[in-house]
Amino acid sequence: MAVEGIGARSVRKEDKRFITGRGRYTDDINLPGQLYANFVRSPHAHARVNGIDKAPAMAVDGVVAVLDGKELQADGIGNIICGWMIHSKDGSPMNMGQWVPMAPETARFVGEAVAVVIARTKEAARDGAEAVVVDWEVLEAAASIGAALADGAPQLHPEAPGNIIYDWEIGDSAATDAAIASAAHVTKMDLEQNRLVPNPMETRCAVASYDPMEEHYTLYSTSQNPHVARLVLSAFYQVAPEHKLRVIAPDVGGGFGSKIYIYPEEIVCLWASMKIGGKPVKWTSERTEAFLTDAHARDHVTTAEMAFDADNKITAVRVSTDANLGAYMSLFSSSVPTYLYATLLSGQYQIPNIYAEVKAVYSNTVPVDAYRGAGRPEATFVMERLVETAARELGVDPAELRRKNFIQEFPYQTPVIMCYDAGDFESVLDKGLEAADYKNFPARKAESAARGKLRGIGFSCYIEACGIAPSAAVGSLGAGVGLWESAEIRVNPVGTIEVLTGSHSHGQGHETVFSQVVADRFGLPNDSIQIVHGDTDKVQFGMGTYGSRSAAVGLSAIAKALDKVEAKAKKIASHLLEADEGDIVIEDGEVKVSGTDKKLGWHEVCLGAYTAHNLPEGMEPGLKEGAFYDPTNFTFPSGTYICEVEVDPDTGVVDIIQFVASDDFGQIINPMIVEGQVHGGVAQGVGQALMEACIYDEAGQIKTASYMDYCMPRADDLPLFKISHSTTPSPSNPLGVKGCGEAGAIGSPPAVINAITDAIGNNNLTMPATPEKVWAALQDVSMKQAAE
Amino acid sequence: MYETKYHKPSSLDAAAGALASADDAKFLGGGQTLIPTMKQRLAAPSDLIDVTGLAELKGISFDGTTLTIGAATTHAEVAASADVKTAIPSLASLAGGIGDPQVRHMGTLGGSVANNDPAADYPSAVLGLSATVNTNKRSVPADEFFDGMFATSLEEDEIIVSISFPKPKRSAYAKFDNPASRYALVGVFVAELADGSVRVSVTGAGSDGVYREGAMESALSANFAADALSGASADPDAMMSDIHGSAAYRAHLVKVMAGRAVAAAG
Amino acid sequence: MTTVSMTVNGEARSADVEDRTLLSTYIREALQLTGTHVGCDTSQCGACVVHVDGKAVKACTMLAVQAEGAAVTTIEGLAEGANLHPMQAAFRENHGLQCGFCTPGMIMTAVDMVNRHGRAIGEETIREELEGNICRCTGYHNIVKSIAAGAEQMGGQREAAE
Repeated sequence: MAVEGIGARSVRKEDKRFITGRGRYTDDINLPGQLYANFVRSPHAHARVNGIDKAPAMAVDGVVAVLDGKELQADGIGNIICGWMIHSKDGSPMNMGQWVPMAPETARFVGEAVAVVIARTKEAARDGAEAVVVDWEVLEAAASIGAALADGAPQLHPEAPGNIIYDWEIGDSAATDAAIASAAHVTKMDLEQNRLVPNPMETRCAVASYDPMEEHYTLYSTSQNPHVARLVLSAFYQVAPEHKLRVIAPDVGGGFGSKIYIYPEEIVCLWASMKIGGKPVKWTSERTEAFLTDAHARDHVTTAEMAFDADNKITAVRVSTDANLGAYMSLFSSSVPTYLYATLLSGQYQIPNIYAEVKAVYSNTVPVDAYRGAGRPEATFVMERLVETAARELGVDPAELRRKNFIQEFPYQTPVIMCYDAGDFESVLDKGLEAADYKNFPARKAESAARGKLRGIGFSCYIEACGIAPSAAVGSLGAGVGLWESAEIRVNPVGTIEVLTGSHSHGQGHETVFSQVVADRFGLPNDSIQIVHGDTDKVQFGMGTYGSRSAAVGLSAIAKALDKVEAKAKKIASHLLEADEGDIVIEDGEVKVSGTDKKLGWHEVCLGAYTAHNLPEGMEPGLKEGAFYDPTNFTFPSGTYICEVEVDPDTGVVDIIQFVASDDFGQIINPMIVEGQVHGGVAQGVGQALMEACIYDEAGQIKTASYMDYCMPRADDLPLFKISHSTTPSPSNPLGVKGCGEAGAIGSPPAVINAITDAIGNNNLTMPATPEKVWAALQDVSMKQAAE
Repeated sequence: MYETKYHKPSSLDAAAGALASADDAKFLGGGQTLIPTMKQRLAAPSDLIDVTGLAELKGISFDGTTLTIGAATTHAEVAASADVKTAIPSLASLAGGIGDPQVRHMGTLGGSVANNDPAADYPSAVLGLSATVNTNKRSVPADEFFDGMFATSLEEDEIIVSISFPKPKRSAYAKFDNPASRYALVGVFVAELADGSVRVSVTGAGSDGVYREGAMESALSANFAADALSGASADPDAMMSDIHGSAAYRAHLVKVMAGRAVAAAG
Repeated sequence: MTTVSMTVNGEARSADVEDRTLLSTYIREALQLTGTHVGCDTSQCGACVVHVDGKAVKACTMLAVQAEGAAVTTIEGLAEGANLHPMQAAFRENHGLQCGFCTPGMIMTAVDMVNRHGRAIGEETIREELEGNICRCTGYHNIVKSIAAGAEQMGGQREAAE
């Protein structure tokens, strides 16, 4: 097999098993004697559990056990925690309510588990769960930000008066107020972030087993970060000490953030397996259950202002956001509307004054946490809707208004913590304008008009922070863990290599991309390299995959470990070849003395390391090195997205005619995979902009708990995308990579909404811009015109 | 899904008999609505009587004036049928737009019509073409067949055998998909029948299931052109309203889709 | 329990299952062919698509007993030994998959649509024909390209065979 290094469009190694049906996902795993779990869930958004009658369920044929939250608490299983401390303006710590994995007293959202039925078959478990009789006392619910903050609103947690978790701020309030007061122009908008449900196609699944003799637990889980799962299950939920718990995340069918968290179901399956004497317990989420239990996303209400001087330079941005965190605080929930959001409110622009305040509220809805982009789509939406709207108000070209305000010199310290280390916003914009054929847009608009259609164009120049994150920095901001990554390179005596990584692929193609970096380093065939991940018994530790961190942090750890392997291999070769260590080069699978014809095969050096017959004085045998990499900064991918739409005025249907993505991800390892990440991200962003919405009614019933009602983007909703890349390497990691996993979802929603509002001549449009909303916005336009 | 017992009778009589002798049986066509409903535990028939193997329910024939389609004919078969394309092309294209390709391979005409889902496509064609529903007991004109959402004049043990569609002068179906489910948010079937009368039947929108839009029929009878609908409008008070479309929007779409159907009918 | 027999990937298979057993459950659990996936409970995602008597159907929306005596092909039955089906190869070459979960259903659907529409299937038809398959990773861009490429290859093979 060929050597395909950095920059190659290498076809994916993992695909062979997926295209032949031989992938191994958690639900494909069946352990001998396994039983099935089915959860008794609250049908009410807010209700007290006055009693649970298990007897009818125990009478169902095949039911083995019915367990509830009180028993779980009695066994010392801990509460689910949020791992990022946020302090309010007044310095007080956030108000975190208690989240017991199965509600012992009060259920706070529809779908919250109160008991679990364990049975010999899936159907029996479900029959049993239906048979459990819960004595509910229904309480008043607050299912939205507005309802939760209203006077006299029902209180969800005694710890959080007024349902307020924190009231946080960043930036200089007085200076920002002053700048806005003295501005030549201020654009002010009310904006909403629609609530989303991540919806990886594989639903969550857990197969848990307890070995009573060894007092050891094993959990197969649909996780993006099995080590974090083990850490949390051990340290906080007290399921088992780490050395007695193995977590395996096999092939995982997408995550997008929703599989970061350690949910009640995984905890309960582990505990239940112990409770029933060690029989394995399996739970597979149905799609409807996924809507009721997977962490939801976004759900902000924002007021934002952008101030300009007489020269159209931005002088200030002021933002006030209310964020709905749902009924409980999920693992990273507190950080999403704060440090992952407001720190990006400088966008790509030089803005001297920025101030943001964020109120996080509890409501009787599913907990909200990070989903593809996590805070950055929300920030980008605020900034790019503001700047586009300002351009319309100021009567200037939206691309040129952006260009005028771009940051030109790096490093650039924003007023909101982030220090951008590199970028070239202008050339990325120009590439986008070229790809979009912007100059001929007016002709295309006229052509559409001739057909009775309304054409519009919209921009979004996003910047985001990836590669989370320097441990000390995030520690100082409240993170409960360090966010480094680990890697181990095991070189076998025959020269093949196993790479053990703490990153976890759930579709990103790590087996391919990581192999390319190793192949590149030594000139080895890619199929001589094996990537090992997703098993706490194999990989010592890792923080997992989210926040577009696997390349910037995970690969950097691999690069660092490769440095050590290379150094040792060179020492061995210099000894064997009797040459100066500094003259040794490793390339094309050979270890050579530069300027001579002296060389050894890579495999000969590796074998030498293991035979240890002739190693340098004092050197340990073997060739295996590990590294922990802690980043020095975030990385800052940026890009310009340009969306062109055509609106059918009769129906409000929006057709995306063209979508241009011009990104700067720094060094690219595999362009094919990077393009795929952009395609998928943009599709999710278009989904947010046009069709996806998780809707609750006032009573807290979810109206969109299946694909019948929650609109997922389909093939015929999307165009082919026009993708291009600029490469400004990140100076903050050895490979110069920035990360590409979330950019598409971050940059696209404002581009789509800007395009539609441009087409219809009405800027008052919320996401998702469904045909009905667009049609109604058009009706408003014609009513106004009629009135004038 | 709750427990159920499956039967696959080989004759119409055996099917009716199986139904009569069971507690709470249901006929099973392609199952593309019934099985999902049973999976959600929203339906729990004690017995399922699969009628797709009955010879009487198979086949498509056209005698020059009437197109007769067996109830067990799948949507894919209708969409691909040369007879249907010749006789009533709008019906072939309607069938080709039901659900998705996999659903069309399983779902049947009879199943769809008997279920009378308020957002199903076929009922609009049956009503719009003034078709006749032939059962194991009788023949029922479309105007007497549909009886509000999920309700028809079918008796418990009555099986749809076939549906006879008179060839119209011209007809077309225009559908506005519910973006999530891809059922009809609004579907309008417009036909000028052989006798010159015009029918406009609407699915997806009406709060009482498929219905005829009388004012539009009158307008088109006078002048079969999209412009003729400018003065007509659907009544929002008679429309469904849900998260996918308000009554006002649905009423508006009825008119837009009716206009498009008229234009397509030529 | 009912004994349900069918030919799966060319082999006669049989298992005792309850009448309420879905074909997808029969395939995954009774036959242990886990390449057929289940991604939703409302018959929309298409991860479970298999061929029954040569036609693509959703295995989650059919009882196993309904397939009694049928010839069923699952994703495991598409390749001939180590030789990938052209559609499988096209998905790999065109990066038509990421997490791989929807992929078996996508490929089975793709083969079926090419069987019906032929080699020259265009982008618009491909997108329409994918109405019953949801992918959350790829934005469909490379799936559409994969199917177009796979159609070419399938057509080429067919012509070569004739």
